[in-house]
This record gives sequence, structure tokens and C-alpha cells, in this order.
Amino acid sequence: MKLITAVIKPFKLEDVKEGLKAIGIHGMTVTEAQGFGRQRGHTEVYRGAEYNVDLLPKIRLEMVVTDEEAPAVVDSIVRSATTSKIGDGKVWVSSVEHVVRIRTGEVGPEAI
Amino acid sequence: MSAGNTAWVLVSSALVLFMTPGLAFYYAGMVRAKNVLSMLMQNYFVMGIVSIVWALVGFSLAFGKDAGFGLIGNFGFAGLLHLGLKGHIPGYSGSSALSIPPLAFMIFQMMFAIITAGLITGATADRLKFSSFAIFITLWSLLVYSPVAHWVFSPNGWLFKLGALDFAGGTVVHINSGMAGLAVAIVIGKRKGWPKEPMPPHSLPLTLLGAGMLWFGWFGFNAGSALGANELAAQAFVNTQLATAGGLLAWLLVEKFKDGHPTTLGAASGAVAGLVAITPACGYVNPLSSIVIGILAGAVCSVAVRIKFRFGFDDALDVVGVHVVGGIIGALSLGFLATTSINSAGSNGLFFGGGISLLGVQTLAVVSVMVFSFVASFILAKVIDKTFGLRVSRVDEEEGLDMTQHSEAAYSLSGTGRFGQ
Repeated sequence: MKLITAVIKPFKLEDVKEGLKAIGIHGMTVTEAQGFGRQRGHTEVYRGAEYNVDLLPKIRLEMVVTDEEAPAVVDSIVRSATTSKIGDGKVWVSSVEHVVRIRTGEVGPEAI
Repeated sequence: MSAGNTAWVLVSSALVLFMTPGLAFYYAGMVRAKNVLSMLMQNYFVMGIVSIVWALVGFSLAFGKDAGFGLIGNFGFAGLLHLGLKGHIPGYSGSSALSIPPLAFMIFQMMFAIITAGLITGATADRLKFSSFAIFITLWSLLVYSPVAHWVFSPNGWLFKLGALDFAGGTVVHINSGMAGLAVAIVIGKRKGWPKEPMPPHSLPLTLLGAGMLWFGWFGFNAGSALGANELAAQAFVNTQLATAGGLLAWLLVEKFKDGHPTTLGAASGAVAGLVAITPACGYVNPLSSIVIGILAGAVCSVAVRIKFRFGFDDALDVVGVHVVGGIIGALSLGFLATTSINSAGSNGLFFGGGISLLGVQTLAVVSVMVFSFVASFILAKVIDKTFGLRVSRVDEEEGLDMTQHSEAAYSLSGTGRFGQ
């Protein structure tokens, strides 16, 4: 089992969700996040005073999938979330040891 | 006694009161989310305390019988006991006799005393200890506002007698509050982290809402200062609208060329700059002059708000850049643009055949109010700072004034956000 984590631009969330639905992924957790990478934030000007705002609003998506699904999920997110401009975000994959569905007590891939 | 005039002045009084919540929101939007309530609270507190103080003593000191040299009124109207419906306010006789009840005049002027005290809070945002602010503003209203109002507004005031023109309070309200704000800001020092750390406005929609309320209420402030429902009121009303429009557009234009983007904060600030500048002039100039004054104020103030970074004084929300500078522009513009064809009780400025004398008197009024307000406010703030402490502790400042001074939060979003329920 894999945990897929993606940090994307907020306005790309709908596209990413649609893309994942199309390949049969039906569960995810979404959090509002702030961050920066190479984009290094932006400049805001208030009454002529410039402020460099480095932490920008982002969306963090998390989902646990089977080992077989993982490559397609990553592909789908990358395809849906890209604008080809700096600040599109990242996707990373980590291994998951154990999963339990709280309602039924199912464990492992059954619980996904 | 005129029913129409009385009605207009009473309605104007309500309009001017409405400016103070407007100002509170205008300021509250500009501070960080942890200091929103402190800004609202300081202004609401002012509506409470200044009303009482004005009725007890303040009005009497400003408009009572002159106690000597046109510097301050006496205690004759203390508690409003001898004012009543038929009392006579010194100086308003002959051609300038009031056609409204003295109480209507008193309550109209009370609203001016309130908003002037409120304006100061922008300069000192994010770091004032509330209890000390309460003491400061009470004393300030009596020791600084009332004398200056006497000098300029009362027909027995020394600047009034010299012929200084100030229709609705360019010197009394704006320069006065701005210089006081500067003085207190210097006494308490810079906000922690300023100017290195970004302190962007937390809610510009609130600021624009507040600016709209100010603009609306300002018609009472300016047109109400005609003290009657007459031609002069209509003139002041029109001039107010035109100057505000000019200020708004000019500020946006400067931003567009200097910074690349016209901003909503710029629109709100430009409108307020226009309102400030036309305040002393609205009853003495023609509509075209009003547009010029507004544009000048919008353009100059948009640059003036940047000087605090050069001089290093933390006038948090630019009370100096907008109210002192805008007030000076308005007060001095009369020296050039005033015309007796608009108001026979005024004088002619340089461009209208009046020579240099009016400009001289206007300059004297501006400088006197600037110096007195700064020095008196500085001493008062210093005394309170040495005795009670005028600034919150560093820890309290970091945690925010809302929580540490009032034990409240402006935004309780936990029920709608991460933690459910």
C-alpha cells in the first residue's frame, strides 16, 4: 500500500478530483496548506509598501492506494495539476505499513 | 429658530456619529487579525467617554464664554445646565446668529469631538494598553481638543478672530488628531518587527466598508457645518462629493504609475484623503476648486504615506500621511481658492483677488495647531507612559491586543474549520 501526497495549486483541485474519479479513485483527504518551493512567494503592495509573502495558499491531498494503483494515480495528478508554470507543486509516494477501516475493522488492502 | 435648519443639523449629527464606527472598520480592516477588536473597541470607547466628557466640561471649554485671549472657554456651560433650549452661545450673534437650538449645536459639535479622538487610534494601532488609552483619550479631549476647537471654531477664538477659515475642521479635526497620533506613536515606539516584518491588512473588505461609511457620514460633517438647510449646505455637499471623487482617482493613478496596480486600499485611502482636504474648504470654494483640491490631496497623500519609512516613525495606519497632510492641503488651499462669491462670511484667496493675507492667516492656523497638538499630546502621552505605561508588554503585543486586552477573538472559526462541531 502507498500513501500518495500531493501539494497543488488550489484552483486545480477540481481537475485533480475529476481525473482521479475517472481512474476509479474515490477517497481522499484534502487540507488547506501554505508553502513555497522554487516559486518563492509573491510581492504585495499596500500604500506603496512592498511585502514579500513567501507562504502561498496550497491544497494538500492525501490518499492511500494499492501498490498497483499508485503509478496511475501519480500520473493522473501530475496531468491534472499542471499549468506548466512555476508553483504547480509536487507529488510524492511513501509506503504504508498498516491500514484499518474503523467501521468494519477490515485491515490491509481490504480497508482501502 | 428654524425647523428645517434644526432638522438638518440633528440629522447631520447622526451622520457624523456614524463616521466613527466607519472609521473603526476602516482601521480594523488594516490591522492584523489579532488586533481587530482592539481597534473597534478604542473607537467605540471614544463614543462613550467623549460624549460624557463633552457634556460635562468639553463643550463648555470649547464654546463657553472666552476665559481670556481666545484660548479657551470657561465653565459656564458645564453639565449643559445653562445651555438649555434658549441659552446663547457666545459669539453667535448678529448675522451669524444661530437659527437652531443651542442643544442641537452642542450635539453636532460633540460628534466632532468624538471622531477627532477616534482618528488618533490609527497611528498607535497594535500596541496601546487599553486602560492607559482610556485615560489618555479622556484627558486629550479636554486638554487638546477643546482648546483647539475654541481657537478655530468659536467666534471668540483667537484664530477665528484673525480670520482663519476652517469650515468643518481641517485644523481642528484632522491636523489636530494627526499630530496627536504622531506624538503618541513616537512616545510608545514602533511595533515589534516594524518595518521589517510584513503587517499587511487582514481584511480589505472591512476597510472599504468603513471608508464607505465615512464617505456617507462626511456629508453630515461638511454640509452640516453650514448649520442650516440652505444654499451653503448644498454647496458644501457637492464640493465634498467632487473632492472625494478626485482624491480617489488621483491616488489610483499614482499607484498605477508607481507600483503597477491600482489597489482597493488605494481607492479607500484616496477617497479619505479627498474628504480630509475638502473638510476645511467645502464652504468657501467653488466646485472646480473642489475637484482640484481633491486631486491634489489624493496624489500628494499617496506619496506622503511613504515618508514614515524614511523617518522611521511607526504611524501604523498613516494618520499623518492622510490626515495631517490632507488637512494642510485643505487649509492652505483656502489661501488660494477661497471666494466670497460662495460664502460672504469667508474671504478671498490669492487667486480670487484677495491678496496674500488669507494664506498668511491659514499658515498661522496650521502651524499653531500642529505645534500645540504635537507638544501637548506628547507631554500627556509621556506622563501617562511614565505613570501607568502606555504600551502593552512585548508578550501581549505578540499574542495580540484582542486576547490580552479584551479576552476576545474577532474570528472564531474553529466551529467551521478544522475541528468540526
